[in-house]
Parts: sequence; structure tokens; C-alpha cells
Amino acid sequence: MGHATTLPIGFETHPHHYKHWKLSVDGPIATLSMDVREDAGLSPDYRLKLNSYDLGVDIELADAVQRIRFEHPAVRTVLVTSLKERIFCAGANIMMLRESSHGLKVNFCKFTNETRLAIEDASQNSGITFLAAINGICAGGGYELALACDEIILVDDGNSAVSLPEVPLLGVLPGTGGLTRVVDKRRVRRDLADCFSTLAEGVKGKRAVEWRLVDAVHPTSQFKDAVQKRARELAENSGRQASGPGITLNPLNPTVTESAITYSAVSLAFNREKRTADLTVHAPSGPQPASPDEILRAGDQFWPLRAFRELDDALLRLRLNEPETGTIVIRTEGDRDTLLAIDRTLVAHETHWAVHEIILLMKRTLKRLDLTARSFFALIEPGSAFAGSLFELALAADRSYMLDDPAQESFIALSPMNGGRLPMSNGLSRLQGRFLAEPEKAASLVAGQGRFDPREAAEAGLVTVAPDEIDWDDEVRLAVEARAAFSPDALTGLEANLRFAGPETMETKIFGRLTAWQNWIFQRPNAVGEKGALRVYGQQGRPEFDWKRT
Amino acid sequence: MISAERIPNNVNLSGNKRLLRALEHWQPKYIQWWRDMGPQGFQDYHQVYVRTAVSVDPEGWAHFEYVKLPEYRWGIFLADPTPDRRIGFGDFFGQPVWQEVPGEFRNQLRRLVVTQGDTEPASVEQQRWLGQRCPSLYDLRNLFQVNVEEGRHLWAMVYLLHSYFGRDGRDDAEELLERQSGNRDKPRILQAFNEPIDNWLDFFMFTMFTDRDGKSQLMSLSESSLDPLSRTTRFMLTEEAHHMFVGETGVARILERTCQLMKEAGFSGDVRKLGGIDLPTIQKHLNQWFSLSVDLHGSEVSSNAASYFANGLKGRAKEETFDDHLVTSAVYNMEFFEEGRPVGREVSMRNAMNEVLRDWYVGDCAAGVERWNRILEQYGFSDRLRLPDRKFNRGIGMYAGLHFEPNGAPLSRQEWERRKYEWLPSRADSEYLLSIMARPVYEPGKFANYIAPPRRGINQQPIDFEYVRTEH
Repeated sequence: MGHATTLPIGFETHPHHYKHWKLSVDGPIATLSMDVREDAGLSPDYRLKLNSYDLGVDIELADAVQRIRFEHPAVRTVLVTSLKERIFCAGANIMMLRESSHGLKVNFCKFTNETRLAIEDASQNSGITFLAAINGICAGGGYELALACDEIILVDDGNSAVSLPEVPLLGVLPGTGGLTRVVDKRRVRRDLADCFSTLAEGVKGKRAVEWRLVDAVHPTSQFKDAVQKRARELAENSGRQASGPGITLNPLNPTVTESAITYSAVSLAFNREKRTADLTVHAPSGPQPASPDEILRAGDQFWPLRAFRELDDALLRLRLNEPETGTIVIRTEGDRDTLLAIDRTLVAHETHWAVHEIILLMKRTLKRLDLTARSFFALIEPGSAFAGSLFELALAADRSYMLDDPAQESFIALSPMNGGRLPMSNGLSRLQGRFLAEPEKAASLVAGQGRFDPREAAEAGLVTVAPDEIDWDDEVRLAVEARAAFSPDALTGLEANLRFAGPETMETKIFGRLTAWQNWIFQRPNAVGEKGALRVYGQQGRPEFDWKRT
Repeated sequence: MISAERIPNNVNLSGNKRLLRALEHWQPKYIQWWRDMGPQGFQDYHQVYVRTAVSVDPEGWAHFEYVKLPEYRWGIFLADPTPDRRIGFGDFFGQPVWQEVPGEFRNQLRRLVVTQGDTEPASVEQQRWLGQRCPSLYDLRNLFQVNVEEGRHLWAMVYLLHSYFGRDGRDDAEELLERQSGNRDKPRILQAFNEPIDNWLDFFMFTMFTDRDGKSQLMSLSESSLDPLSRTTRFMLTEEAHHMFVGETGVARILERTCQLMKEAGFSGDVRKLGGIDLPTIQKHLNQWFSLSVDLHGSEVSSNAASYFANGLKGRAKEETFDDHLVTSAVYNMEFFEEGRPVGREVSMRNAMNEVLRDWYVGDCAAGVERWNRILEQYGFSDRLRLPDRKFNRGIGMYAGLHFEPNGAPLSRQEWERRKYEWLPSRADSEYLLSIMARPVYEPGKFANYIAPPRRGINQQPIDFEYVRTEH
């Protein structure tokens, strides 16, 4: 399989640079219109016909959703539609999928899933309702994008249908949450969902409403008016409290060299021969903004917003551009007390829209870490700043090592931010997930809000081990080297299983069930073999299947 | 009531409960559709001398009688089966053809049948006002013959939907009557079938070029691995030939009249003063309908086309004339257009099947235009009609959104906007045509000033035969 995409991929963009979307804001309504440029894919090997998309298109979508939240506080409703006549979106580009390496496919799906979940996060937690206005062809990922919206309006022109044709046409799954959302979110009956997902041409008109696949259909002549009317109604009923000027998200401008990506508060340094990397987050020092006004004045330079945006970008670059770097050592540096002060400010003003958005962004970034298929080890050394929000990094790691050196002061600290404000995709805080056997423990640890020296931390189960200064170097080196030697596939499976103990949510099903099955199918000859369905689709001949079911 | 007598057929209708039940439901809707959307003003008080197919043998489909249009006996006919017919191309090459739809290809076949079926009633709708502006009773009768046969072609596709596609097929059959040409809310599927045909030059160009696309589509479907589809379309082709005859001779007769008027007037520019249709106007309509019909063949590089070919569902016109029926490694040298320049590139032949069919189509059109030019030659004029380049005025495929002159030279958008009415009919052209067609000619043997009489009548009747009778 070739590399359809030229590395490295960058994840930062701006509406001025969008190639595939138009973002326009009119009072409480933002309109996000898809108008994919056929010849502007990430690789010249495929053309993005019929508003089909690749990772580049989705990066712009993710950017737009993020900017609406921060830069346009007056927006209450986002209208998602297309500028192409009779075409909404034909889904992920098949040529791109066919030519992509397995890792790129998996990361493409993961990122697009995260983008759709970010849309739902904006709806559930920020009160921004999304309305999909489907004006034509809407297949596969196109319908999955619509499914991420709160409501779907489909044009009733006797022709336009919504469809998930992956199984019948491509021998794969609708991998961007489609199957999960059809039954879990839209509550389509499972037998109807079965019919729908095997019907290549999809379902249109009245039947699409009856089957709950869309919320309403309108004839072409009334479509635009009906969509506008519904968008205004949704905007009026929105619970969003935000107002005033927004926070501009400026470019991060990291320094990128062969061996490291360095941001203002985050750095990611690669040891390629060892297939490891050092991820370090630097806590700030000195006085920090303490009121919403001061935070708005600081804008995107306010430390939590700045640091977590940088962390997010670093994780994405790691995933896509550094496929062989399998083990990540997380460190923090700087002033714990300043971090705890910032956490107090965040909690005190969490109902202010901007603070609220910052906390949600931190949450999404930490989820991105949870969902990154690399081994994470946190190293907690004297001078580190694993406190409050940043301690979530240690909790997110697969293991944490805390140096117990009596000669040097070393602490970790909890804050109310660890008490459920930064939940994982299963809805639990990382502390709750960590102590499933002791349901009261997370709350009592947070209530104590104490500092923990190495022994106390190990005792409380907040770190994995606390080696002393004599053992430390060997212990850590051996752990990292052993980790880096295991099968990367087995580790991915191991970590994905252990990280998400506890209840299921739609989100965990999307990643744990849908994506996992998809990744299996993506490897199977029935999809990608010489005569696999994905390989032969639209080319020479029909797929040939190995008919054995497991 | 549905009966085999009212519906001529060779599909054992009276013994086919499923088909009877489906048609009982569908047929009244069809008649209502014909009254609402069929020829306006020619339903109850006119008798038309039309041919009705009553069987598939040569005499059987040349049966002429006077009928009121809503009482026309639309029938269901399949060409006779070919004994031991084998699949002629694609991955199933050499295997026996299918008498039933395989579940695996149900949706693809449905899509093919629905898309073909949608064009049939569409053209009737497009042409429904033409009777009010006809140039003669002879032409009026030809129009209605075309219309009732397009209606029968709809029946043919509905027969397939009812017989082979279950409940979904029945729903599709109803939707064929619900979509309407040019209707903003429920348009016909293909764009050429949403364009109005309100003057007779449009009509003749449509039957020449768009029905010829119908012919190439039917030829490719007649190769299908689904035998009932193959047999149905084979019989439709015999009728389609007449439609192209109407178009080709219609334009030829206009040309002939134009030549006569040019002789009188001195040159083409003054033909309008004499009430005729000047050559530039004819060329513009040719450009318009040729380019719309070229679009109907679909994208140059098409995964659907490849899949249809692989599965044996839709082949090439005259598949038997090709040597390689598997086409697994052949390539097609296609001209792409990138950054303002043509670039040749190889495309897998299966993905280029639309273009293969388009090649056949363009060749067939060119031969017709050659025949028209002989008239100009006979009258001693050096002017010639020309087929535009296939890149001209495209709305589908890789040339859509780009602009070209009829000779294929690229143009900027601004240039195109400034000059397009040099090559395509303008509002003024349409108004002129409507002005000379405003008064219909209903007197037997008389012809409008812009068109010459035909060489001979229909079914060996004289030219001044009363092809359409009015009841008083």
C-alpha cells in the first residue's frame, strides 16, 4: 500500500486559508458550508469529487467548530450545509482510503470521530445547536456528519437520500460513528437500521422521517426557507449564555526541527532510534489572570488555553507524523502553586462562557490523549508540576513513576479540577476510573485537596510505583525499554482495553466497538486484499470474498 | 379493469398475478398522468393515426389505426428470446444470462431501470405544448407517435420494476409518475429532461440528439446479463429508430426550406425576413442539444460504469464487434484538461466505458450531420453544420465548470459569459421561433412556411392525409 499523503501533516488552519469550507456568521447563526475543492486533497493521487473528504477537509471542519466556540460567542446555532448544487457530501474519499496505509486510515477515522464528537460536545455542553441541511447526495461519512448534528433536514426532491453504503458497496463499515449514532442517538429501530445500512441507495423522503433517519423533509422550493426558519428557532431556544467579544485563536507557531517540536508551554522531543519521545509541559509562574475580564484580555495567551491547545497539536502531530514513536514519557516542570491557583480561578468562574469553553477544551485534549494509541509513562520527579489539571496527564498515562528521593522535595497535588470537570469518554473522571473498586475514594481524595509526597502518593494509589533514588534510573530505563520492545499492535489493544474501565457511552462504543471492528475489517483480505471490496470498488471487477464467518 | 386484451403483450399477462395486481394499481395513475402531463388539448376530441404494437413480429408492430390518445393500447413487449444466450462481457462472461435479478445486483439494476424509465415520461412532459404550434398534421401525428411510444417505453420499464424488484420496484414505478420535467420540487433525474421543449426546432433536435442518446443507452442495456432487460430494450430500439427518423428528417426539412428561402433572399441573414429559420439559429440549437445529450452519457471516468461492466449489467453498443470482452487490462487514452492545457492520460478501460459509449454516440451523430450537410451541398451552399467539440457547454464530467468554444478552444469564464449566445440559443432566438410557430397548421397537406413537406406520408398514405381528425 502506498502513502497517499505527504507527511508531515499540519493541523493548524484558519478560515482565511480554508480550501473546502466557508464559515459565515450572521448574528446568532453560523453557516458552515462544504465546498470541497476537488484538486486540493492532501495528496495529488486522488480527487475529492462530490464533496468527498480527506483528513485535510476534516482539519478545517474541526478548526471551524473550535473557532465558533471561542471567537464567536454570539453564535447559538450552526447550520451545516453545502454550496454544491444537489450534493451535500459523498463521505470519505474512497481512493484516499484505498491508497492510505493502515495507520493513516485509522488515524483519519479517529480524528474525524473526534471532530464529530466535538460538534456534539459543543451542542451538549455549550448550547450550540447544529442543524444539518442536506440539499442532495448524502452518503456514508456525509450522513455521519449529519448524524453528529442535533437535527437533520433533508430535501425532498424525489431523488436525494441519506445512505450508509459502506457494507454493500465497499465491504467496510460506516466508521465515523454512523452505526452507533443511528441506533444509540437517533434510536432507529435495529431491524430498520439493518435494512438501511445494507441499502446502497439509502432512504429518502417520507420514509427517511418515518425511520427516524432525518427529522424533516421539505420540497426544494421550500427547503431554504424551512432550514432558515428552523435555524432561527433553534437559535432562540439555545441555552448558550455567551456574549461580548470572543477570544481569537492565533497560530501556535511552534519551532519544528528534525528532533523536536517546541511550543511555548509544551515540547515534544524524539529519540527515534529508541522509538520514544519526551513530552514535557511547562507550568507558568508569576501572577495569572484571576477574573473573566483578565482572562478575556489575556485571550489565547491565558496559560491553560495556550498549553492545552499546544498539547492537542503535539498529540495530533505525534499520531500522524511519527508512526514509529511508540512510547511517550510525560514530564511536567514549573510552579505547582501557580497551577493550583489557575485551577481555583477556573473553578470559581466556570459558569463564565470563556472559562467554560477553556475547561471543555482541556477535557477534549485529555480525551485525545486517552485515545492516542501510544504507551504513555508519566515520570514525576522533583521540580515537576503534576498538580490539579496537569496531574490528569499522570492519571491518563498507562503508568506513572514518582521518584522518592528524601534529599529533594517532591509532591503531587489534586484540585477540584480532578473531581469530574475533565471526564473521560466513559463519563467518569480519571480518578473514578482508577478506583472502580472503591467508589467513594475519588471524591474523598479530591475533597482532601492535599499534597502527596511519593510515599503518600503510592499509598493512595495515585502513582504506579515510587522507586527511590538508587533504583530510579534503572527502573525507569528498563520500563521504557521493555515497553518499546513489545508488539505495537498488542500494546494498542492492551491499552485501549485497560484505559476505559467502567460504563459504556455512545462515545466509548464508537471508539471501542465501531472503530475496533472497522480496524479489523480494514486489515482483512475481504476489504483490502487483491480482490477485496474496498480495493476493487469502482475499478476492475467484483470483490471475491472468503465466505467463512467467525 | 386490467385485461390482456386492452394491454397487448407477449409476457403472458393474464397468467401473471403479480403483474396484474401491480398494474391494476399503477395503470389508472398512468392514465391520469397522461391526461395531466401528456399532449395538451389533444385528449378527448382528436383521433390520431398512430401505430400500435400488438406483437413483436414485423406486421405486429406496424399496426395503424385512429385512436384517441388516452385510449391508446400501451402494451408490454419483449423481443423474442435468444436460445442459450450467454453473458457477453465482464466478469461473468460466457455464463448463461439471468432470468431473475440476482440479489447482489438488485440495487444497481434498479438504478439503471429507474434512470432509463425516468427519461421516457419526461420527454412527453417536455413536449406537451408542441401540439398547439405544430407545422402540419403530418408533424402533429409524428409528435404523438413519439409521445405514445415514449409512454410505452415507460410501460416497459415499469414492467421490469413490477416483475423483478418487489415492493421497492412498485414504489419506484409510482415515483416515475410523480417526478415532473422542470418541476423545481420533483425534477426528472437527468438535466436534459428538465429543459423545456417549446418550439419545433427544439423538438427535432431533441429527437435527433437526445433520443439518439436513448438509442445508445438502450443498445448498451440490450447487452445486459439480465435477459428480461436485454429483451425489453431490444424491442424498444425498434421504436426509437422512428423517433430519430422524426428528428433527422424534421431538421432536414427545415434545412431544405431554409435553403429555398436563402436562394430567394440571397443569403442566410435575411431568411428571417421571409419567415424561415436561418442557419446560425439551426447551428445554435444543434450545439445546445448535442452538448446536453453528450452530458447524458455521464462522467468520463466512472466507477459506476466500471462496476456495471464488470457485473455484465450494462455493456457497450454492439458488444459483439469488440475482440476483448473481459477488458481487464486494456486502457483508454483520455484527454484531461489541467491548468488550461490538454493532457493525455491512460485510464483503465472499464472506468472509461461511458466515454467508449460516447465515442460511438458522437460518431453516430456525425453521420447524421453529414446527411444534413448534403442538403446544403445540393442547394449549392458552402455553409455547413458542425457538431461542436465534446468539451463544449458541458455540465457533467471533467469539463463541467470549464469553458470552451464549439471548436474546443478554451475560454475564460468572462469570455464565455460575453460570447455564449454566439453559440447557444438566446432569448431573442427563442422568441423569434415562437413567433413563427404561433399559429398552428391543422389543414391536411399544408405546411408552415419554415419547413418543407416530407418526401412521403406515413404508412403509404398521401402527404395530405388527415393524420389527426378532430371530432365535432
